[in-house]
Amino acid sequence: MNLAFLDPATLVLVVPAAAAAILVLLPDYWIAARLNVLAAFFTFISALGLFFMVRPDGSGILLVDDLNVVFVVLNTFVGFTTSIFSAGYIAHELEIGRLTPVYLRFYHAMYQLLMFAMNLALTANVTGLMWVAIELATLTTVLMVGIYRTHEALEAAWKYFILGSVGIALALFGTILVYMAAQPVVGEGLDAMRWTVLLPHAAEFDPKLLNVAFVFLLMGYGTKVGLAPLHAWLPDAHAEGPTPISAVLSGLLLNVALYAVLRFKILLAANGAAIAPGPLLVAMGLTSLVFAAFMLYRRRDIKRMFAYSSIEHMGIIAFAFGMGGPLANFAGLLHMTMHSLTKSAIFFTVGHITRIKGTQKIADIQGLTESHPALGWTLVLGVAAIAGLPPLGIFMSEFLVVSSTFSREPLLAIPLVFGLIVSVGALFLRLNGLAFGAPTGSTAPNRMGYIPIFAHFALVLGAGLYLPAPLVLWFQHVAVLLGQG
Amino acid sequence: MASLAFDTSHVLAGSLVLLSFLLLYQVRMFALINIFALHAIALVLAILWQGYIQNAPSLYVTATIAFVMKAVIIPIALRRVVIRLGVQRTIETVVGIGPTMLAGIGLVALSMVVMLNVTMASNPLAREDLALALSVILLGLLIMVSRRYAVTQVIGFMSIENGLILAATGAKGMPLVVEISVAFSVLVAFIVIGIFLFRIRERFDTVDVAALDRFQGERR
Repeated sequence: MNLAFLDPATLVLVVPAAAAAILVLLPDYWIAARLNVLAAFFTFISALGLFFMVRPDGSGILLVDDLNVVFVVLNTFVGFTTSIFSAGYIAHELEIGRLTPVYLRFYHAMYQLLMFAMNLALTANVTGLMWVAIELATLTTVLMVGIYRTHEALEAAWKYFILGSVGIALALFGTILVYMAAQPVVGEGLDAMRWTVLLPHAAEFDPKLLNVAFVFLLMGYGTKVGLAPLHAWLPDAHAEGPTPISAVLSGLLLNVALYAVLRFKILLAANGAAIAPGPLLVAMGLTSLVFAAFMLYRRRDIKRMFAYSSIEHMGIIAFAFGMGGPLANFAGLLHMTMHSLTKSAIFFTVGHITRIKGTQKIADIQGLTESHPALGWTLVLGVAAIAGLPPLGIFMSEFLVVSSTFSREPLLAIPLVFGLIVSVGALFLRLNGLAFGAPTGSTAPNRMGYIPIFAHFALVLGAGLYLPAPLVLWFQHVAVLLGQG
Repeated sequence: MASLAFDTSHVLAGSLVLLSFLLLYQVRMFALINIFALHAIALVLAILWQGYIQNAPSLYVTATIAFVMKAVIIPIALRRVVIRLGVQRTIETVVGIGPTMLAGIGLVALSMVVMLNVTMASNPLAREDLALALSVILLGLLIMVSRRYAVTQVIGFMSIENGLILAATGAKGMPLVVEISVAFSVLVAFIVIGIFLFRIRERFDTVDVAALDRFQGERR
């Protein structure tokens, strides 16, 4: 019976929580950085165990199903590689005195706490618990965004805190409304907040109440996804925080918020009389895509540019899930996975670049392929991947999104393709200056490793060339779970 | 009894909305903080009454937490922040008081129309509570957007939280998870505010958010 404590679903929560508790007490940063990697690695291994475990029956507070296993495994994998990158990055920050050992202690504890919060949000079976977890994740990232304590970092953190909290508040109101809708049908208490109880009864819920609830939930969690027009916090938070945090924000936290939206979307789709949640997601997704595509042209800060690219890609993903149906859902899942891997690898590369050049201004970072061939070409590869060039993974997922849209709603495909082309143009315009031409700034060699970056790119390239059959089957199954738009 | 229960909770929730309006037109910092404390006390009374009529002792815990945190500790802490940071004692608003009040009335009307319409089937007690709670939340949002100071934005945010707690307690039998979460969020707000104000004071002469704006990365 005691072994129940050791099942993978519990471990993905216990390992980071325990690591956070130890790291907060550990004064030596060198050991702390290694412990951080080790804890992230064990969390990832536990997450892999989710594939093999006996699923909880849904009466507890944790839920493991085909949908969230995908998210948890992706989450812990990128969390693990980011912790490797972070160890090198943070050592340098300490060297140049941007961070002090006390702040590092805090940083590592917060990193594990964030991993805990995200895993809890993904595995929670209770809507209220999921909300608490997302709130905790917001809090930890706010603190990490502000960790440099410069004017810009504080402003970014403050903006993120205010907008994130308002979003979280709206999401809680939506959660309460869902409880109100469920309570007459399934009775009072915890049952009216369990996904496993809500879903089979969703058809009997009051549709009007569900509609209003979904609007609040979409606004609330949509703020955290970074969908336009609720995205204002995102570029600042990405640009001013430490780069490992930018990678985690873009690659993981946005996905966690999206997962919350998807869960409620499934609930709404199960109620025939409620509004279809799909068109709302499609509208917000397209707005984000087109808006971010144009905003990409005016960027002068390299991290901010990739932050806008994240808005663009979250828009594509929301669009795909909004379209619904097996093919679009499949494309959305694939795109989400590919975007997480690619974008975090890009932020790792950008972290190396800004560290060498000592600036984030695009104008001061020129001709990287001349001065740092390895780094420069890695950036070229990253931008090619994120822009969706074949044969990389994002090409495949974008192709699937576009082709499924053409076959069902040709009119919607026009703004979609337009946004994609505009953003590709913007990315390559900026890349041209960054990677080619006469080098500017420091030419100090890069001393940090490429292992996390190449691990990600290898996966993205591999997925672009060949998707293993079990993965395709798994994604197809999840796509069916996600249902119509 | 049913009618008394209904009327009392209606009065308490309604007074919360009225206090939100008072928050909306305050021009002096200390008055704003005092009225926020009153806002919290009205919330505590509303929670206590809900706990009594729903026969839910767990709500008394929520009420105690809300009282200690929001009616006592946070107002005192904010007063000290204002004094020690030398924050300007009068509040500059982004738009005038008149238009803000009109917008507030509009928001209350909106929340009534929306909530009363969609909750036909629910029990009338929860219905009214929910409509008034949404009014408090929307008014809190209005306070946040119409004020320029960090302190006033924090008060706006906490009045939103008050509205959320009102909604959560009005929903009958809402499990403890949410009460914990709400208490948790109070704590969170408190810690974050403390840290933020501490940091902002270290770095800036003012906690006016517009002062931070000047340093925005890409403004040319």
